[in-house]
Amino acid sequence: MDALLKNNRNNIVMMAVLAVVLAVLPWVLGGAFENGKSWLRAVDFALLYIMLALGLNIVVGYAGLLDLGYIAFYAVGAYLFAILNSPHLQAVLPAWLSHPPFLVMMVMAAFVAGIFGVLLGSPTLKLRGDYLAIVTLGFGEIVRIFMNNLDRPINITNGPQGINNIDPVQIAGYDFGRPIEILGLTFEKIHLYYYLILAFCALIIFVSIRLQNSRIGRAWVAIREDEIAANAMGINTRNVKLLAFAMGASFGGVSGALFASFQGFVSPESFVLMESVMVLCMVVLGGMGNIPGVILGAIIVSITPELLRDIINPLQMAIAGKKVVDPENLRMLIFGLAMIVIMLVRPAGLWPSKRRRAELQPKTKDIALQEKDSLQDAERNHD
Amino acid sequence: MDIFLQQLINGLVVGSIYALIALGYTMVYGIMQLINFAHGEIVMIGAMVTITCINLLVGAGVQLPGPVLLLVGLMMAIPVSMFLGYSIEKIAYQPLRKAPRLAPLITAIGVSIVLQQAAMLIWGRNYRPFPPILPSEVHIIGGAAITDLQIAIIALALILMGGLFFLIEKTKLGRAMRATAQNPEVAKLMGVNVNTIISMTFVIGSALGAMAGVMVAANYDQAHAYMGFMIGLKAFTAAVLGGIGNIGGAVLGGLLLGIIESLGSGYLGDLTGGVLGSNYKDIFAFVVLIIVLVFRPSGLMGERVAERA
Repeated sequence: MDALLKNNRNNIVMMAVLAVVLAVLPWVLGGAFENGKSWLRAVDFALLYIMLALGLNIVVGYAGLLDLGYIAFYAVGAYLFAILNSPHLQAVLPAWLSHPPFLVMMVMAAFVAGIFGVLLGSPTLKLRGDYLAIVTLGFGEIVRIFMNNLDRPINITNGPQGINNIDPVQIAGYDFGRPIEILGLTFEKIHLYYYLILAFCALIIFVSIRLQNSRIGRAWVAIREDEIAANAMGINTRNVKLLAFAMGASFGGVSGALFASFQGFVSPESFVLMESVMVLCMVVLGGMGNIPGVILGAIIVSITPELLRDIINPLQMAIAGKKVVDPENLRMLIFGLAMIVIMLVRPAGLWPSKRRRAELQPKTKDIALQEKDSLQDAERNHD
Repeated sequence: MDIFLQQLINGLVVGSIYALIALGYTMVYGIMQLINFAHGEIVMIGAMVTITCINLLVGAGVQLPGPVLLLVGLMMAIPVSMFLGYSIEKIAYQPLRKAPRLAPLITAIGVSIVLQQAAMLIWGRNYRPFPPILPSEVHIIGGAAITDLQIAIIALALILMGGLFFLIEKTKLGRAMRATAQNPEVAKLMGVNVNTIISMTFVIGSALGAMAGVMVAANYDQAHAYMGFMIGLKAFTAAVLGGIGNIGGAVLGGLLLGIIESLGSGYLGDLTGGVLGSNYKDIFAFVVLIIVLVFRPSGLMGERVAERA
């Protein structure tokens, strides 16, 4: 992943190969599998999850703030897109707000979600660790409950039914809802969205990489490691923490807006706590703070259940000749087991960042103990 | 007035259940600084096993009074939950004691998913009704109705909490638990078997959880494989509200959350002129939590504890 930064010839070749593979992936999937369309759909969602996981990675991985309500920002982006681009509220929306141009829409989604990020961040600045986790969790639930109930007294979100008939995006006059023919290839909606989401995914990966080693990125890591020391070094911890929340949230908002237009339908059910938990699992399983690790985690966590769906039922039929257990439950059960096993085998994640790995495995146990004690002393003195 | 009293009673019942479950969270947290995400599922399994046992006994034609049947069911469910709590700690948490802080959180979520799905496979995806074996006599106190069951829930919860207090404050085991919570390394030097103490904490918390699960099922007349998630979440919120790691705080937080929720759902509609209905009661609970934490970042009764990296 650092390849983008180093002008090494091998790395450039690697990136080129990766680009070609990603470009032809939808056609390979369509050709190799009977149900290639549903696989491509799974890939589209995996890309959305990569964006989410990278956003959460800024908050949890870089800044070390445990956020259990991250999906709220995804919801904000999705609902913003849905409200502005569906017939639901067209009657009351001012003309300049309805169906904004695509790029304007995306900037709005990022901006509004970022504001929500600051809203969440500001009351939680004093909190640490698990207290922060439970407040963010509460925030996520509050957003979801509002979306579920804001159909009365004024109908804004259409309640549990959700908003449907969301228009697909239009870029340069092309309607992404209709198939487009280029060079003899028919690009259907699912293909068009693949490339669109892929482009945004690449953008977010690029921003993440640039952030990682920037002044702000280093400030986040400093806060994660020791907030008091970071403060003493002249970092404005309040602003930098708020920036982490806002930045992470804006990634979520963009991802949510793409989700709404791809799905054509949003409802509060897509934004339950379990989704936040899943995104957190992607970040931690992959390797917190390490961009390739987080991407890997997002792919594994979002694709494994789909993979198991295709494996379990035929296997059951082959062994027992009939449906013995509900495949839906069985695949989630295996998924849960896999999560436990991966964590037991690789507690720092599948692909931990080098910096973190160095921090997590001090030379001897004594050093670790010493560090812990000095940390506790520092805490005590701080009070 | 009678509506107020009624909501207060309902709140007390729900609150004492929250408090029992919150104790399980807070004990584990106090000793290991770990959110035991799977605790809600242990509560669910306790309820499910009890219901199955009672149904089996009734199906076999055993003629016993309702409370005795319930007691037999509980006697089966508590060991199951205890065993589960013990094995979860041994399998999913113990190997990760020295791992980064978030690793055991992820295994906890994994265990929670596994137990939920296993329960779905065993008991199906439908609601299980609680067998109608308990007397449903209603007493009227000052215009508010309270059933025998509700009285029993409050009483049992109080007894269990008192017992736990006694255990932690007065017994040798309790002293070892407090020592481990303060500093496991030093406790080890003082001759405390830290591993045993941690296992005991899980076992005791799970037993309390199983009983709370049966109370939930009896109170709402049903149980479901997914019930543990929401009730666990509420109980954890209660534990944080009171100050996580603090036994008294868990009890206070649980009762407070139950009463706030109950009064909130009763009065929210009137207070806001019908704009916000009772479906906002969960928001009410979380908003109170956020406000409390803004002014008291360590919860109502929590003390400032150093965070482990």
